[in-house]
Amino acid sequence: MITAERKPMEELIECLRPYHRILLVGCNECVTVCSAGGRKEVGILSSALQMAFMKEGKTLDVKEITLERQCDPEYVEELVTHIDQAEAVMSMACGCGVQEIAGRFKSKPVFPALNTTFMGASERQGVWVERCQGCGECVLALTGGICPIARCAKQLLNGPCGGSTNGKCEVDPDIDCAWQLIWDRLKALGLEDRYEDNIAAKDWRTGRGGGPRKIIREDLVK
Amino acid sequence: MENFEPVIVAFCCHYCAYTAADMAGSKRLCYPPNVKIIKVPCSGKVDAIHIMKALEMGADGVYVAGCLDGDCHFKNGNIGAAKRVAYIKKLLDEIGIGGERVEMVLMSAGMGERFAQTATEITEKIRKLGPNPVKSVNEAKTAA
Repeated sequence: MITAERKPMEELIECLRPYHRILLVGCNECVTVCSAGGRKEVGILSSALQMAFMKEGKTLDVKEITLERQCDPEYVEELVTHIDQAEAVMSMACGCGVQEIAGRFKSKPVFPALNTTFMGASERQGVWVERCQGCGECVLALTGGICPIARCAKQLLNGPCGGSTNGKCEVDPDIDCAWQLIWDRLKALGLEDRYEDNIAAKDWRTGRGGGPRKIIREDLVK
Repeated sequence: MENFEPVIVAFCCHYCAYTAADMAGSKRLCYPPNVKIIKVPCSGKVDAIHIMKALEMGADGVYVAGCLDGDCHFKNGNIGAAKRVAYIKKLLDEIGIGGERVEMVLMSAGMGERFAQTATEITEKIRKLGPNPVKSVNEAKTAA
C-alpha cells in the first residue's frame, strides 16, 4: 500500500485560514489501511480543524466525504455535487488523490492533509515499513524475495557494504541489513550459489531516472 | 468564570467504572453532578472520534474509565483506550485546546470511592482550566 502520515496541525490550519467552507475528502484505499486518511481520520481531522477555528472565534464549515478511490476519475466525479459549496478542498489521500482532485476541479484550491511517505507493508498493528521503491525492474527473483533497492540504504545489488554489523545497517541499528536478510534467506532456500551471481548494473531509466512514468495497456485503452 | 460549572463526559466501562459508579451510589458517596456518564461495553470501544466530538460539542473535559491493568474483560481494551487517549491529548495540544482536558483512569468495579474521588478531582482540575475555548462559538451559533 501507499503509506502516509498526517501533516502537523499548524500547517493544515495555516492553509485553511482564509476559508470558511471546505470539503475534506478521504480515500477508502491505502490511506484507510495505514490509518492516515480514511473515513475515521477524516472525522477526527474535521473535528480538530473546527475546534482550532472555534478557538480563534471563527467557524469552519467542513463537509466530510470519503471516496472509494481518490486516484480514479470515476470516483472523484462524485465531488461534483459538493464542490460548488466549498471554497477549498483538503484531501486526505496520497499525492495521487490530491492531484486527481486538483486536475478535475481547476478553479478550487486543493491542499494535501498528508505527507505521502512510501510503498510499504504492515509489519504489525500500527507499524508500516518500506518494501518497494517502484524501480520498474523487479530484482526480487534474484535476491530471495527481499528487495535491496527498498531495504538497503545504499541500494547495493551485490552484497553488503562494510557498514553491515551483526545483521544491522550502519545507518540505524534498528534497520536490518538487507543483504544479511538476503543471505539468510538464500541459505534457507539452499540457493547460496545465487549469491555468487553478479547482478548487472541497474538501468535506472525504468525508475525515476527516466522522468515521470506511464503505463499504457493497449488492450484496455478506450 | 467564578460560576463556571464544567461539563465533563465520562466514558465508563460496563465491567468496572460503570459498576463502580453504581457502588458509589449504593454507598451514598457524593461526587460532582458535572460528570455525565456514558456506559460503554469496554473502554476499548471508545474511539478517538467520540472524545473529539464530545469536546467539539462543548464538553469541558472528557475521561475514559477502564479496568485495572490486566483486568480487562476483553483482555486489552483498556490498554488500547489509554493509547487512544494519549493520541488525542497530543492532537489537542497541537490545536491549542490542551491535552489536559482528557484523561484515562483505571479502576475496578468495587472501587466506589475511587470513582467518586476521580470524578471530584477531574471536575476540580477542569474547573481550574476554565471553559473549553470552543464553547463560546458553539453558544453563539445556537443563539443565532
